Amino acid sequence: MIELLQQLTFLERGIIAGLIIGLICPVIGSFLLVRRMTIISEGLSHITLTGIAAGVFLSQSVVYLGFINPLYTGLLFSLAGSLLVEKLRQIYKHFQELAIPIILSSGIGLSAILISVTPSNTTEWFNFLFGSIVTVSLADLGFIFFTGVIMLVLLGMFYKELLSISFDQEFAATSGISVRKMNFLFAVLIALVISMSMKVIGILLVGAMVTLPVAASIQFAKSFRQVVLIGILIGELSVLGGVMLSIYLNIATGGMIVVTGVFLLILTMLIKKITRYTSGFRLSQS
Amino acid sequence: MNTHTNTPAVEIENLSFAYRNQNVLEDISLKVPHGSFLGLVGPNGSGKSTLIKCILGLLTPDKGAVKLNGVPVKKFDKWSEIGFVSQKANSFNSGFPATVFEVVSMGLYGKVGLFRFLRKKHKEKVREAIAQVGMEDYTQANIGQLSGGQQQRVFIARALVSDPAILILDEPTVGVDAKSVSNFYTMLRELNNEKGMTLILVTHDIGAMSEYVTDVACLNKCLHFHGDKHVFEDNKEEMMTAMYGHEVNLLEHNHDHGHHHHHHDHDDAGRGQE
Repeated sequence: MIELLQQLTFLERGIIAGLIIGLICPVIGSFLLVRRMTIISEGLSHITLTGIAAGVFLSQSVVYLGFINPLYTGLLFSLAGSLLVEKLRQIYKHFQELAIPIILSSGIGLSAILISVTPSNTTEWFNFLFGSIVTVSLADLGFIFFTGVIMLVLLGMFYKELLSISFDQEFAATSGISVRKMNFLFAVLIALVISMSMKVIGILLVGAMVTLPVAASIQFAKSFRQVVLIGILIGELSVLGGVMLSIYLNIATGGMIVVTGVFLLILTMLIKKITRYTSGFRLSQS
Repeated sequence: MNTHTNTPAVEIENLSFAYRNQNVLEDISLKVPHGSFLGLVGPNGSGKSTLIKCILGLLTPDKGAVKLNGVPVKKFDKWSEIGFVSQKANSFNSGFPATVFEVVSMGLYGKVGLFRFLRKKHKEKVREAIAQVGMEDYTQANIGQLSGGQQQRVFIARALVSDPAILILDEPTVGVDAKSVSNFYTMLRELNNEKGMTLILVTHDIGAMSEYVTDVACLNKCLHFHGDKHVFEDNKEEMMTAMYGHEVNLLEHNHDHGHHHHHHDHDDAGRGQE
């Protein structure tokens, strides 16, 4: 397995990483969508930037911490941030949306401080902010692969419970589901998906990968299952299209993936509009 | 009334509950035997929903205890034996992309367990529950696009799919048209009579309810009455005065105390209560 991974070219590594991300982001996105929490991905990606900055700072300024991969410190901060959002939402019960700007601005503030004290070049930060598939190292691919597997297992185990809670928390509780444990698990899943996607999509664009595919799929989906499945399809198409275009045009990968996603979203809107118009036409004729 | 065991289905002992120092429930004691159909009535703000949430373990009372089948609610873990239908309006987002099938399946999730997706027999069970409430033509329909009455039937199917021994309904007919309401009450009585299911029905619609239940409990912070519905019928005026604090003009069907009547004018009576 490892040997197989080592033989991959940088491009193949990037594409595999992208496909894993394109599979998982829309699944988490579907749950965020129905819980009206898609905005959380923005807040968490910025606190993840803080973690990455902390990782880069530590690995460069403390000799024996040179081994640190900033993705792991990013993950730690993302986890802490996700749990903090849950906590803030409980504290501000009637103003739950406050949690996001609080986390987001704290994240950016801390990142600014850490970046300014770290002797590092701007290209590196540019890659973290906007994503790049050419910099996906073997270690990064390993990180993406294992977080991806963990998430798929967790989602497989708790899909039913998460769906039931998202639909009707009170009923879920009376059917024996522990709402507190599930909300904790969900916070962990969001943190994982953000830190996993960062390297390829970029911190500023992670939210798009979580949101755009499901924004498109909800227009057609009749069931929650369809939201997830069509979302995955659109997510993967965005990744593949974006990666191809970024290679040919030599443009930042994350940006290209997001633009492809936006394009697909607009396309679904148009198709929906046309089908509605034609079926409305048929109805008015009969 | 068929009593399966001597342990009551639901037992409440000296329960008190306060929201921010304001007493909502005071010293409630109530036993609901297996096989009974209890109508829990009281004006708006009388603490009915709070009591239900305490019974279901969604709220923890300040004083007193709740037991389900003799087990304290904190330790109770056989939740598939309890079905719950809440007030529809506040419980879900009508844009939620879920089919009737998916929603009813949620009633089985407590039973199916980790990793195990719905198997054939589970799916069969879901279809049965949907048919039981007469919604089989809408199995793949989106829940948000159904009428209020249809949605409520789906939520009842969700509560019934796990074959509960106890079914608790909190104002299930709010926003449902009169015809559906009477069909709905008839269905509840069948569940009670034929399957011996224990039912607790919360309502402020006293007129329509009293024809179907076996017992009545009147709640307004304290429990003003609990007992056989015929006793309730005989002393209705005093009950109402005690509970609402003033005479209530009951626009209801001519009820000869003591035996069943099947007027179909109770739809109007139900509306008159609102």
